[in-house]
Amino acid sequence: MSTATATGKIRVLIAKPGLDGHDRGAKVVARALRDGGCEVIYTGIRQTPEMIAEAALQEDVDVVGLSILSGAHLELFPRVVEELKKRGLDDVLLFCGGIIPEEDTEALQKLGFKAIFRPGTNTQDIVKFVYDNVKK
Amino acid sequence: MDELVQRFLAGDRRALARVITRVENGTLEGRDYVRALFPHSGRAHIVGITGGAGSGKSTLTGALAAEIRRRQKTVAIIAVDPSSPFTHGALLGDRIRMQDVTMDPGVYMRSMAGRGALGGLAPAIADVVAVVDAFGFDYIIIETIGAGQDEVEIAGTAMTTVLVNNPGTGDDIQALKAGIIEIADILVVNKADHPGADVLVSQLQALLALSPADERRPPILKTIATRGEGLAPLIDAIDEHRAYLEQSGQLAAHREEDARHQLLAITQQLLLDEIRKAAPEAVIATLTDRIASRQLDPHTAAEELAALVLPRA
Repeated sequence: MSTATATGKIRVLIAKPGLDGHDRGAKVVARALRDGGCEVIYTGIRQTPEMIAEAALQEDVDVVGLSILSGAHLELFPRVVEELKKRGLDDVLLFCGGIIPEEDTEALQKLGFKAIFRPGTNTQDIVKFVYDNVKK
Repeated sequence: MDELVQRFLAGDRRALARVITRVENGTLEGRDYVRALFPHSGRAHIVGITGGAGSGKSTLTGALAAEIRRRQKTVAIIAVDPSSPFTHGALLGDRIRMQDVTMDPGVYMRSMAGRGALGGLAPAIADVVAVVDAFGFDYIIIETIGAGQDEVEIAGTAMTTVLVNNPGTGDDIQALKAGIIEIADILVVNKADHPGADVLVSQLQALLALSPADERRPPILKTIATRGEGLAPLIDAIDEHRAYLEQSGQLAAHREEDARHQLLAITQQLLLDEIRKAAPEAVIATLTDRIASRQLDPHTAAEELAALVLPRA
């Protein structure tokens, strides 16, 4: 029962949890997905996990992408996932990006993040990932 | 479908969000949701916020929603941003300016892409407004795509249209031109702390003074949306306009006009869909070639095409 049908557009929420204010990467990803034909909702910096989950619910997105540079991903991402689940949004495709050490990969995968994009990623790979993995 | 409708009618916001997506996509399933929910609509006061790109529409909409909540009323916001004419993707950024209200359970905020529609709205806006209305909000605020001089579609959907102006964006001849200014029920001078705000107010006053004496004159209000200033008078003016529409019989007339417009627009689309179904691509291609090579004029060609489903056309 996904919304990314032939007539619908893939809706993606790009969000930045936590306190770091650098959203260049998030904007580049949002722009790439826009150019890839997605409808991208960008909410700006300093979002709480509750705000992100609530935006995902209200906007009925198929995909949530989180960007973080502060190093607080293992504190904040589990709370985002928890808030999403609390609202029944356990079927959205999750990915993340930013400064995320290799050793945290497994923990994030267990949380449900299908991909982690680090600095240097080709934005086309992110677009391809979204189209390949969004539930049809 | 029934389960989702039941959840919707029980006030489940996720059900609302899911129904909007289906309705927005214009699928057969989406039409069925409109059928099921339309009888519940018709209660909300629908407010349009329009104005140029960067005029402060989103910030004003967020601040207006906060003021509505202070008055213990509920509000849904539908904010439209443009789709790319090339990739059909969109970047929807209106939530950024509405952070203060989006966590409030009495507020629902939805971003919509224009998906190529002209006029500052989206193709499915009327259907989306109907289902949001059916959910039971007191107010629905529709924020248009940044409008120029001629994006007047909002006045058909909204009962009260608020036109957002800014100081320093043109002389009084701009305001004299026909178009968007004629559809304003309320004129807002936003960024009123910027130089030239009072000049703009007097220009707008002078302009309104030229309209016939028996016509309702839109009030002119100054706001500073970033600081939440001037919002209480704005919501008062919106409520006063609603009362005026009801007392003058114009609300009923507006509903009639909107209904007529929707009936004809949907019928037109249905007929077009039928023609597309009946006409093989080869027929369309042949007609196209004949027009392009000047063997046939477009009117005769269109009549030939329409004749495939309308034998007497």
